[in-house]
This record gives sequence, structure tokens and C-alpha cells, in this order.
Amino acid sequence: MRLTHFMMAAAGASLLATTALAGSHEARGRDGHANIIYWQAASILNPYLSGGTKDIDASSMIIEPLAHYDENGNMVPTLVEEIPTVANGGVSEDLTSITWKLKEGLKWSDGSPVTSADVVFTGEYCMNPEGGCQQLAKFDDVTGIEALDDLTVKITFGKPKPFPYGPFVGASVPVIQAKQFENCVGAAAPTCTEQNFGPIGTGPFVVTEFRANDTISLAANENYREASKPAFATITFKGGGDAAAAARSVLETGEFDYAWNLQIAPEILAQMEAKGKGTVLSGFGPLVERLMVNLTDPDPALGDERATVKHPHPFLSDKAVRQALSMAIDRELLVEVGYGKAGKVTCNVLPSPEIYNSTANDSCKVQDIAGANALLDAAGWVRGSDGIREKDGVRLSILYQTSTNAVRQDFQALIKQWWGEIGVETELKNIDAAVFFGGDQSSPDTFQKFFADIEMYANTFDGTDPEAYMGNWACDKIPSPENAWLGSNMPRYCNPEYDAMVKEMAGTADINERARLAKAMNDMLMQDYVMIPLVHRGNVAAASNTLDGVKLNVWDSDLWNVADWSRK
Amino acid sequence: MTETFIDESQNRSLWGDVWAQYKTHRGALAGTAVFLFILLAVFIGPFIYDVDPQYLDIRAKNQGPSWEHLLGTDQLGRDMLAQVLQGGRVSLAVGVIAMFISLVLGTFIGLMAGYFKWLDGPLMRLTDLFLALPLLPLLLVIIMLFRDTLRSMFGPETGIFLLIVFIIGITSWMNTARIVRGDVLAQKEREFVLAAKSIGTPSRRIIGRHIFPNVLSPIMVSATLGVANAIITESALSFLGLGFPSDFPTWGRLLFDGANYMTLTPARVIWPGLAISLTVLSVNFIGDGLRDALDPRIRGR
Amino acid sequence: MFNFTIRRLIFTIPTLLFISFVIFFILDTAPNDPTGNLPLTIPPEVREKIRVSLGLDKPMFFRYLLWCQQFFINEPLNMIEQWFDITIGDGERLRVQSWATRSPVVDLVVERLPQTLWVVGMSYVVGILIAIPIGVISAYKQYSWFDQIGTFVSMLGFSVPTFFTGLLLIVIFSVQLQWFPSIYDTTLRVTDWDSFVLQVKQMIMPVMVLAFFNAAQISRFMRASMLDNLQQDYVRTARAKGLKEKTVVLVHVLRNSLIPVITVIALGVPQVFGGAIITEQIFKVNGLGQLLIIGIQGADIPLVQTLTFIFAVLIVLFNLIADILYGLLDPRIRYD
Repeated sequence: MRLTHFMMAAAGASLLATTALAGSHEARGRDGHANIIYWQAASILNPYLSGGTKDIDASSMIIEPLAHYDENGNMVPTLVEEIPTVANGGVSEDLTSITWKLKEGLKWSDGSPVTSADVVFTGEYCMNPEGGCQQLAKFDDVTGIEALDDLTVKITFGKPKPFPYGPFVGASVPVIQAKQFENCVGAAAPTCTEQNFGPIGTGPFVVTEFRANDTISLAANENYREASKPAFATITFKGGGDAAAAARSVLETGEFDYAWNLQIAPEILAQMEAKGKGTVLSGFGPLVERLMVNLTDPDPALGDERATVKHPHPFLSDKAVRQALSMAIDRELLVEVGYGKAGKVTCNVLPSPEIYNSTANDSCKVQDIAGANALLDAAGWVRGSDGIREKDGVRLSILYQTSTNAVRQDFQALIKQWWGEIGVETELKNIDAAVFFGGDQSSPDTFQKFFADIEMYANTFDGTDPEAYMGNWACDKIPSPENAWLGSNMPRYCNPEYDAMVKEMAGTADINERARLAKAMNDMLMQDYVMIPLVHRGNVAAASNTLDGVKLNVWDSDLWNVADWSRK
Repeated sequence: MTETFIDESQNRSLWGDVWAQYKTHRGALAGTAVFLFILLAVFIGPFIYDVDPQYLDIRAKNQGPSWEHLLGTDQLGRDMLAQVLQGGRVSLAVGVIAMFISLVLGTFIGLMAGYFKWLDGPLMRLTDLFLALPLLPLLLVIIMLFRDTLRSMFGPETGIFLLIVFIIGITSWMNTARIVRGDVLAQKEREFVLAAKSIGTPSRRIIGRHIFPNVLSPIMVSATLGVANAIITESALSFLGLGFPSDFPTWGRLLFDGANYMTLTPARVIWPGLAISLTVLSVNFIGDGLRDALDPRIRGR
Repeated sequence: MFNFTIRRLIFTIPTLLFISFVIFFILDTAPNDPTGNLPLTIPPEVREKIRVSLGLDKPMFFRYLLWCQQFFINEPLNMIEQWFDITIGDGERLRVQSWATRSPVVDLVVERLPQTLWVVGMSYVVGILIAIPIGVISAYKQYSWFDQIGTFVSMLGFSVPTFFTGLLLIVIFSVQLQWFPSIYDTTLRVTDWDSFVLQVKQMIMPVMVLAFFNAAQISRFMRASMLDNLQQDYVRTARAKGLKEKTVVLVHVLRNSLIPVITVIALGVPQVFGGAIITEQIFKVNGLGQLLIIGIQGADIPLVQTLTFIFAVLIVLFNLIADILYGLLDPRIRYD
């Protein structure tokens, strides 16, 4: 037993040489207790039944995927020997299958061995049509998952998959234990409270007590594959309160060691950080706060045909107006007011990873009120007596909606003032987030229905591949009454050239070629001004100065390397 | 005894008497003065101090009090004094009108339920129902059903004002109703009511003459608490996206938004907080004075 | 009185059923959606499947009856099974399940009762204990300095919302002085003196904030009602009979003044159970109030329906208790 432990530690050390060298001499659990606070409490520890970030992050300490992303967005093996690629033969030449090979000697926290049957089971668990699996999109086009032997799993796809790393890569698709969940498949999934609250995993910690929407108590996993990790014997994962309170508990009172997702005013955060108890961390994924421009007419008088492609927008269908709206915005200032260190000016909806970032639209980085005015003058929009521009009886009067959130309301106020300077009148509206993003069919206030002229929110994608994300603005993704408003193309943008590129990307495997396509799509959206990017938003977290090894990771769970955390 | 006294006083004009008594109540006079001052400040003030409360001067954000900005500025460089003055209009209007609606509704239902036995059951079960309704989902339903209609009928600000006043009024009358009913139950068994009944006084008169004046104290307390409640509730509503547009200041909103900036710019929470407290305090003293003035036993002395 | 109680209790059943339907109707009509808080990376088709798996494709009436069956039949049976350690039927019954946590709502409620009763309940008791003496003294010495200060403080307590006082206390006592923790530890078990001290420390701030607010309200009603009664003829009669002033005030006047106060307290007790949403949020107490607000934000209909309904039962019950207390305090009040 001791020998296998040592062997495993040695194997781990060779893989992660940097951290393990120091750690392998010391004992697991040497640093006692750590406290983590998430101001949204975790409600369940099964990411397949709850796709909320808080739930995925909490579960990532306990259950793990086959591979995960590191802080630079590179895929690294977790439970497997290596990342399968076409080059090493792990991905078939025709891109229709991927074969993963599990590490030898892996154990679940209950001591039983991890086998390929567990991976196969996890796939079936999520793909069961009655289970309501929230990560189903990760298994798109999967036709079969089979165990070739005890440690080898082959996933086949119904069509060539240039990016076959959907299933089992990243914290949202971890492997669960077949034995524990065997009676929880399909319609029975939600009834397995005990399993969902305390999954058996391969991660560094195990659950000792789970209080839903409140506190999780965790202890080090005795069977974790690296003998010297984790450094902490126990962890308390507390939920509740608000972002400012979470930040305060790490930066000002020092009660907690790590706080997640601190969307609070930069000056307040800076003031808290000045107390010297902790450090604010930030990292940038592909999250972009943007304005969506409605190309269709949201006039209530149109009844059922409101905000559908049958009626083009009275003035936003004029590209000059859209461009002027974008030019009038001072993005530097938005960053300073709303995000500070946690934001960057961007002129793209796809600013990250770096290879996809286009530089073709950078002119938007500087505010140009005079230019915007000139553009509107040239397009025939003249100022009326009240200073609001109009043409042919159409006034440039905008209803601008977003979800309720302090930073968003500040942005609304600033943008309203700038638009006022170019002769555009703005009425502001904010909607409770659960309603705005809820997609309830009967509510007029959802972001899909878009019964306004401009709406603002942030969007991003999972992992590092933008194919699905860029596909959001294809013609067939336009929300309308016919598809029950289920669609992601909020601007109702429809351009055959764009659709052609979406199709081309789905069949291209070469990474450089994919990057070229993604940039071209981004530029097309930007230069048509159907979306107006505002701020490239980062993730912000705070870590106590006594905590060592914390690396903020925007591509995976915040707690992805909690096994490496220790006390200074 | 009380009976004959009221009848005599009729000749001397009831309201004249009430005013005479009210004048002697020092707290009430001070309260009235403060309340009038606040009213003047928020309705006339913006014409004298004519800084646009919505104008953003981003270079001057988070400033403390200075000659340029007497109460400092917020995180977008909006002038706080202008916002407090502007915000007071809405907060006062919402506070007073919503309180009035809930008070009238609550008092009426309480009186009816307490006095008429056959109404007691149904009305109190209705009260139970309203008390049990989950407020937030109810609000979401009301917004969904009525916001757009009212917005198109009265414009974004008036429409939402009506909606807010209606919502606060309709969801806060229950406490008053229960309290009034409890008191009426006790009052209607008192000797003077029994006496009035025995000489055949109609119910309407008994309620108006004998019972109502005797349950005035708790009603006045409810009124005071109601104003505070309405002003605070309004800020909670705007947080839900039901309230006024986000660039439209109200006292509750200013206090709520300022809370996190408490240590950076304390002026942001002190002034709106003080404004709410002063309003409630003055309403309380006015209520005290009115109660004393309307109570025949005290007025007689 | 006994007949009255029985009659009211029987009449309570249809009332509560009706209330439960109205609540369900409102929750179902409300436009927030259980998938609303999920990341946007989950595509709309998957969201639709999630809704179906939650049963949202079924008609509303069907879902209401399902809830009724689960709550009124399955939950009590389950409780009996647990208490007496027996199995009724096959023991396989679907309990009321929360959508967000996929666990039985009743278990969540039981898990959260301790902290809510400790903090919110304690604050109510403290509030009443402060309010009644203040109200009595203020009224007895009307317009004295004690009364004026009491009025000022209680108006402050009522007009300054708890989100503000709570934050102020945290900034002073947790950040500056570091006396008390700003985050409540729900896993703390009181086993010895040290853990008891910790528990007291973490309770002080939330209890004070709420007690201040409650005391402000109750003391105003107490004072007003005392003032009314002090001027009644029976007080003069009692004094004339030569009763001690203390007896007059504390026995006769106080007793008669309690009716509005009883009403206010009876209205407040169910709210103890409902938790204090804002205070719990600020101090991270995570009691029933926080459970309710999370449920509402996440459109967790079974959770919110169950919590609100339990709340409704308590409201009806305590209003009945108040009615009975009226009769005891003032024997002239009759319902029969």
C-alpha cells in the first residue's frame, strides 16, 4: 500500500515537476484548514444537474474530468496519460473518433479503481434523454462511447469533429463513479440526493458535510493520486451574501482565504486591497460585455410580429446609425468606471484566446463624438428643435435594456449621456436577471424576445474553441415565435456570407485556418455594427496573502489547482 | 359623558378646536415645520440649486463635499445634493400616497371586520391570504402584466409611479387592518358603545363617532411606520427592475447604491439616510399631535 | 371560546387550500425561469430539455395537484415512517423536491431551522423585551426626555433599513475593531464554553440589527396604546379606589394596552420563521430567508411554494392565537 502511494507520488512528480519537487517530501494535510467563500452558494455537487459556475467550481474539488485547461488555456491531462491528437494517433484521421487512455492505478476516494466503464457510464448518464442533463451540449454529435479495455475509452462522433474535446474536458464534464450512480440514470437522476450531495471522486477532497445553498465541509482525499497533496487537511466552502461582502472577508477581515467572482466597483476593491491582507487576482477569458443592436422593429403595435425579421428596424437598420452609436462610446472610461484591473478595452466579440483576436477594428478604441456627428449628418439625420436627430419623421429614440446589476446601470447612464451628445435620445430599462435571462415564454422582458432597441449583456464560451460561439449569429439561430424564441442570434443578423463561414469552420481542422475564419467572422460582425463590444471582462478573485499556489484560471474552474494550494 | 361634550363642541366648530389643540403640541409644530421645510426643499430646491442630477462629470467622481458639490459626488460624478433634492420628490410622493392608500384600506377593512361579526371571517381570511402571498413573485407578475400597458398610457415615469404606489399600497395594508380590528373588538364592548347602541344609534354613526376616534392611536403609528416602509420598499422595487429607470434618483435608491461606498464617501449614505429619518420623524410628531388633537378627552382639558 | 376555536380550525382548511392554489398560480405565472441563472454557454435547446425534465411542459393544474399530493400525503407519511421507524406501503414516494438542489424541500427547511430560530427568533425576543418597558415608560412619562429620546431612536430604527445598519455594524465591529466575525458559521456546534462564546459572538450583530428594527415598531404601538388607556375612566376609578400606582399601571393599564401589541407580535412571529431575508444575506446566516430568496431568484417553484405555504399556515395559526389571546386579555370580547 505504502509502496503504491510512493509510486503514484513519483509518477505525479514527473508530470508536474515544478510543484511536486517541493511537495513530495511533505505530508498530506500539513497545512490544516482553509476557507473559501463563493457569494453564490453551491446548491448541488453534480455539474450534470446544475450548470451554474458556483456548482461546477465546488464540484471540481471532488470530481475531475479526463483533461482540464491550465491557466494559459492549454489542455493538460488529469486522469489520462496524454491528450489525444491526430499526431499521436489518439484522434482518428477522419476526425470522427477520439481515444483516451486512463492513467494506471487511479483510485476513487472510496478506494476502488477507476476504469473505463466509469467514463462510459458518465457519458450514458448525461446523454439519457430523460435526465435533463445540463451539459448535454458537450456531447453534441457523439454517437457512441465504448470501453476498449479497462483503461481505454473511445468516443465516436456522427460527423468529423475538428475539435473533439467536448466530452470529459474541463470541470463542467467530470467523470462520476458508475457504482455510485448506477441507480440514478434518467428520470431517477434528480432523486439521488445523497449521491448528488456527496459524489465519490478522484479529486483532492471529499465531502464530509453538504448543506445545500450554504456550506460544504471537505477533507483531504486519502486516495488522491499524489501522496503529498493536498496541503490542506480540511476546507470550508461557504456560500451566500454578496460580492462586496466576500471581498471584505478576504481583504479586510482576513476571515476567508479565497473569494470568487468579485464584480464590484474598482475603487472599492482597491480600497479593500490597501488593507494588505490579501491580493486581487484577475484573468481574462473570452467574456465580452457588449451591446446587441436590434435589427428588427420592436414596436408593440406590431403584435405577434414584433421584433421579428418581417419588420426591419426603423432606424437601426441604417448602418450609419449603428456605427455612430459605437463611435460615441468611450471604452477606456467604461473600463475605468466599471472594471478597473478586471477589464480591457476591446473592439471584438472574440478577443481571446490570443490567436483569434483580430486587430482590424481597433479604431473603436478612441471615442469620436465629432466623427459620429458627422456620420449622422452625412446620412441625413438632422437635429430637431429638442436636439434629437430625425429623418422622415423617425426620431432617434432608443429603449436600452439590460439586467439589474450596479455596473450595468452605471454603463447605461454613461452611454445615455454620450448618445445624447450625438443627438440620440435614450430611455433606460433594467430587468431582474432571472427574468431577463430566463427565457420564459410568457414574459415580454427576456433577452431573446428583445422588445427594445438596444440590449446589453456579457457572453462567452466554455473552453478555448470558439466554433459554437461564432455559430451563434447564423441565420437559423434567430429567435422568433416560430422557434419559441429559442435562439442566440439576438441582433437577428442574417448574412449568407457569414453562414458560409460558419459551415466552413465546422469542417476545418487546421488551427491556423480556424483562427483565420473566426477572425473573419468577428470582423464581419464588427464592421456591420450588429454588436457593439464594450469591455473585455476578466474574472476577479481575491486570495489571502497567506495562501500560496493560487493561480486564477479563466478557462476552467477557479479551484482547478486547489490540490496545489498551501499556506505560506 | 364624552357624548354630551362632543355635541357641545359642535357649535364651536370641530376643526377649530382640533387646530387649537394641535397648536399647543410643541412636537407637532416642530414636526410640521420640518416636514414643510423638506417639502419646500424638494419641490422648490431644484429651481434654486439648478444642477442637473443626471449630469455625469466623470472626472469629478467620488468627491467629498466641496463648494462646487456641496454634498460631494457619486461614482459617476453626479452631484449628490441635486440627486437628494430630486429624489425627495418621488420618495415623498410615493411615501405619503402609498401610506395613505394602505392606511385607508387597512382602516376600512379593520373597522368593518371588527364591528360586523358576519364580515369578520371573510375579511380576516382575505387578510391572511394577502399576508401569505409571496411578495417578490407577485411583483414580477404585476410588472409583467402591467408595466408595458401603463408605460404606453402614461409614459415611463408617471406610469411607473402609479404602479409603484398601487403595489406598495395594496401589499402593506394588512398589518393596519389586523391592528385596527383587534382594537375595535375591544372598543365595541365598552360601555359607551353599548350605551349608544341601546339608544338605537345607527352602526355608521357608532363606528364614525365612537369607535374610530378611539382606535386612532394605532392608526397614527401605522401611518408613521407606513411612510418609512413605502420609501424603503420603493428602493427594493427598483432593485428588482420594477422601479423607476435606473438614472432616476430616489432616497431609497441613493441609500442603497451608496451603502457599498460607505467608507469611501460617507456623505453618500448620510444625507439620503438623514432625509428619510427626518421625514419619518416629522410625520411621527405630526401624527402624535393629530391624535391628541382629535381625542376629545385630551382636547377638553 | 372552545367552540370558536374548533370552528375556526375547521374553516382554516379550505382557506389554506385556496391560499396554496393562489400562491402556486402566482409562482407559475411569474416570468422568472429556473434556467435563468445558468451560464449563457448552455444553448437554448438544452435549456428546453431541462425545463421538460422539471415537468414544466405539463399543464399548471396537473403540477399543482402533484404538489398537493407530495406535500399533503407523501410528506406526512414519510414523517410518520421516520418517527416510528416503520414502512408504509412500499415506502417509495416522491417527496417535494427542490429544483435547484434536487433534494427534499422539507429536509432543507429542517437543516436551516436552527440558525433562523437562533438569530431571528432571538432578535424578536430581545426586541419585545426592550420594546415593552420602553413603550410603557415613554407613555407614562409622556414628553419627558426619556420619551423624546425613545421616539427619536425608534424612528431611526424604523426608517434606516437593515441593509444599511447591518453594513455599518460590519464596517465598525468586524473590519475596524475586529471584535465579531462578519460571516456566520452555520456548521458551528455549541458543545463547550468556547464554542458557546463563538456562537454568541457571531449572533450579536444580526440579532442587534433585527432587534433594533423590531423594538422600534413594537415600542411605538405599546406607547400609543398605553397613552390611550391611561386616559380611560377606569384608571381614574382604580386610582380613586386607592390602588397602588404600580398596580394601576402594570396590571390594569398594561393588560388593556396589550391588544394592538399582541396583534403586532402575532403578525411578527410567522416572519421569524420566514427569516429575515436582508439581514440573513448581509451576515451570511443562510437561514430560511436566504433559502426563500435563492428559491425565488432561481424560480424554484416547489421550494418557494412549500416555504410560502408553511409560512401561510403559521400566519393563519398565529392570527387565531391572537384572537384567543384577545379574549383572555379582555373578557368582554366574545366571538360566539
